Amino acid sequence: MDAKPTLTLDGNTFSFDPGETILEVARRNAIDIPTLCHLKRATPTGACRICVVEVEGARTLLASCATPAADKMVVHTESKKVVQARRAILQLMLSSGNHNCAVRGADDQDWTAFQLKVQQEDRATALCPVWGDCKLQDLAYRYQVSGERFPAEASRYPTETVNPFIVRDFSRCILCGRCVQACNDVQVNHAINFGYRGSETKIVASGDRLLKDSNCVFCGECVQACPVGALVEKDVRYHHRPWEMRKVRTTCTYCGVGCQLYLHVKENRVVKITGVQDVPPNHGSLCVKGRFGFDFIASEDRLKKPLIKENGAFREATWEEALGRIAENLKEIQTRHGADSIGVLTSARITNEENYVAQKFTRAVLKTNNIDHCARL
Amino acid sequence: MTNTIGDIEDADVILVTGSNTTENHPVLSTFVKRAVKFKGARLILVDPRKIGMAEFAHVWLRQNLGTDVAWLNGMMHVILKEGLYNKSFVEERTKGFEELKKTVEQYPPERVEAISGIPAEDLKEAARLYATAKKASILYCMGITQHITGTDNVKSLANLAMLCGHLGREGTGVNPLRGQNNVQGACDMGGLPNVYTGYQPVADLAVAKKMETAWGVTGLSTRPGLTVTQMMPAAHEGKLKALYIIGENPLVSDPDLNHLKKCLEQLEFLVVQDLFLTETARLAHVVLPSCCFAEKEGTFTNTERRVQRVRKAVDPPGEAKDDWRILCDLATRMGYAMTYGSPQEIMEEIARVTPSYGGITYDRIDDVGLHWPCPNPEHPGTPILHREQFTSGRGKFHAIDYLPPAEAADAEYPLYLTTGRVLYHYHTGTMTMRSKGLNERIPGCFVEIAPEDAEKYGVQDGDAVKIRSRRGQIQAAVKVSPKAVVGTIFIPFHFAQAAANTLTHAALDPVSKIPEFKVCAVRLERAA
Repeated sequence: MDAKPTLTLDGNTFSFDPGETILEVARRNAIDIPTLCHLKRATPTGACRICVVEVEGARTLLASCATPAADKMVVHTESKKVVQARRAILQLMLSSGNHNCAVRGADDQDWTAFQLKVQQEDRATALCPVWGDCKLQDLAYRYQVSGERFPAEASRYPTETVNPFIVRDFSRCILCGRCVQACNDVQVNHAINFGYRGSETKIVASGDRLLKDSNCVFCGECVQACPVGALVEKDVRYHHRPWEMRKVRTTCTYCGVGCQLYLHVKENRVVKITGVQDVPPNHGSLCVKGRFGFDFIASEDRLKKPLIKENGAFREATWEEALGRIAENLKEIQTRHGADSIGVLTSARITNEENYVAQKFTRAVLKTNNIDHCARL
Repeated sequence: MTNTIGDIEDADVILVTGSNTTENHPVLSTFVKRAVKFKGARLILVDPRKIGMAEFAHVWLRQNLGTDVAWLNGMMHVILKEGLYNKSFVEERTKGFEELKKTVEQYPPERVEAISGIPAEDLKEAARLYATAKKASILYCMGITQHITGTDNVKSLANLAMLCGHLGREGTGVNPLRGQNNVQGACDMGGLPNVYTGYQPVADLAVAKKMETAWGVTGLSTRPGLTVTQMMPAAHEGKLKALYIIGENPLVSDPDLNHLKKCLEQLEFLVVQDLFLTETARLAHVVLPSCCFAEKEGTFTNTERRVQRVRKAVDPPGEAKDDWRILCDLATRMGYAMTYGSPQEIMEEIARVTPSYGGITYDRIDDVGLHWPCPNPEHPGTPILHREQFTSGRGKFHAIDYLPPAEAADAEYPLYLTTGRVLYHYHTGTMTMRSKGLNERIPGCFVEIAPEDAEKYGVQDGDAVKIRSRRGQIQAAVKVSPKAVVGTIFIPFHFAQAAANTLTHAALDPVSKIPEFKVCAVRLERAA
């Protein structure tokens, strides 16, 4: 059997399977090549060029996400040339929009004027809504770039807030195209794409309509894919910061697909939901219900105490009294009419453990097999 | 599902029927869409409505409501006649082929066209596509099962898959899509009148003995109990005196609601344990507050039989309690001590008494869930069923004849009604209607009607109409849509205010006891 082909990354030799990209081989071996536009499960576009590497013998720097590994290739992932290129790209990105985090420097310009301009456009008094949760910001720190040149004019396209779920802030869009790929290549909803040209380029929905009037189904895949602050959940934006939330992994409560998700919790409230990347069955994808349908958890309508009906109206009761009432009635009916005069409807909504306990209770205590649930409905 | 969700992307041909996948299983639908768009898979869609999936379909067959056995027999007729079936699979792994052959001989495409409305040529094309694929997967949902012939429909799909050998391999299978987060688990756990956990029959004395020993009780009943659709009439007749309902809202989800309400009112004692004071809970004598998924530990089993963890993120409101704790407290109070310390302890007991869950532990499923059957702690789980053989050895073909739906349109009720869900809501809406964004997208009930019918009845988008069936009437707004087929209207069943199930027919499939939600006859009038 022939030995596997190998390449050298930063002085170490690694084997690879034909077809693997330089980025894939690097990631598999814990070598951190930064990416922005690269989206797993979509065809690499090489658009942002932040992942460029130096390949010996190549005329130019190559985008590692789109370059297949080749036998005997010698690659430098953080050479001087590479770092220079990345700094230049980040510089351009940072100066292209309202990236008002602390990394944004001012140099000879007026930092305060810039912040004020952005905050006025945003109608906000805080720094960027994704401060601390932004790939561009992370990379700017990593490569110590501050984005000196910024445009004096207002952003070309106004922020869109007229749907219940997603805010589209074009002033922070770096046109990396991850959202376009998330929509077209991962969810295959065909709702958004690149529109217009050159400096007018904009991510447009169904021929530049509002999301709510487009083919958008609000799955939020684009929000999860956005590396910057261009697409943010409406209820999260300027309300909840990442460091205020903790994440709990669980399984979605809606359909039977069983998507793996993170509940983001702040002060005993679920305030945001995201899909868990890289694990089956959903590999990070969610639908509108799974991602945005969580208000019910903290609804004021939730039942908070047992209720007992008396003379046609409910009154609150203690658990002691309510359970006592139930035990008494069930026992009495069991004695008077036999075990099969009682039925239990367990639930397709509750856990396996709870269903198990429900059928055990029905069979071992009530002594009947009259148990079913709404599988049929 | 016989196969996994991920597997769908490996199929060469995908047959989707009775599933509005993009709205009801949106994330799963992405696997189908990616297979079609990027991997060259061909999609056969059989559905009476022009649903979102139609945009991706190579062949879209629009059958008349309730004619599934006919078109499936017709496909098999073509496959046999053209010699496209998998002879070795049929010989080595199945039985009953001759009987099937005799029956499907009676279904030439021309006859099927007369019954189903599917053009003979289209049916032939679909049959050839499915039969000649290397790997073909069938996905189906309630559009197949919610008929008086639901069991026959499912068996016919299995016939088709076995005939072509599209089972037991990657990218194949007969795959029901489960509509609720843990409907698979509720069945697996014995939340059914005829089986204990892992489908161990209650009528089997050896099983009963085993459970009696495990639970330390005597006198477990070996008589199968009543299904939900049998309990309601039993309540009406006074045979069922008490009902304990956990996390369900039959007063919106069940058929023929006017009648159902009378049934529930006959009960001497009704307990409802839920998150909210639902339509059903309002009728109860005692209502108990329970926890939602974000407030509890445990597991759900998804549609691909994968057992996955549920974890507590927030504290429940007020005095709401875990469903298992409530039931344990009640059992203990009634003289049988149930004292588990945690859901994990319950899972350990489940694994002990359930062969198919024998190897499931919280440790093993901490990151990625396992597919049952998983009989022991070393077993890797079973993503694909029926690889070497079927559970009962050889797969049995069922020779099945077409039967028309229980109710036909007539002069008095000239339109057909079919029901389902929409993307933005879920079942009876107790959760989604309390999420403001979802409500903003679809704020209320609507009647989806074909442009031709809208013209015929002189109605436009937003007009209020009355829909009447033999069982009741509701009022809702018109939504003219190319999704609808002429002569058939669609109403989502989520909305208690205009509950589609006031209209639906409670006729049941004789085996599964599933009601025929997908077909009934109605009349449409402008609301005054």
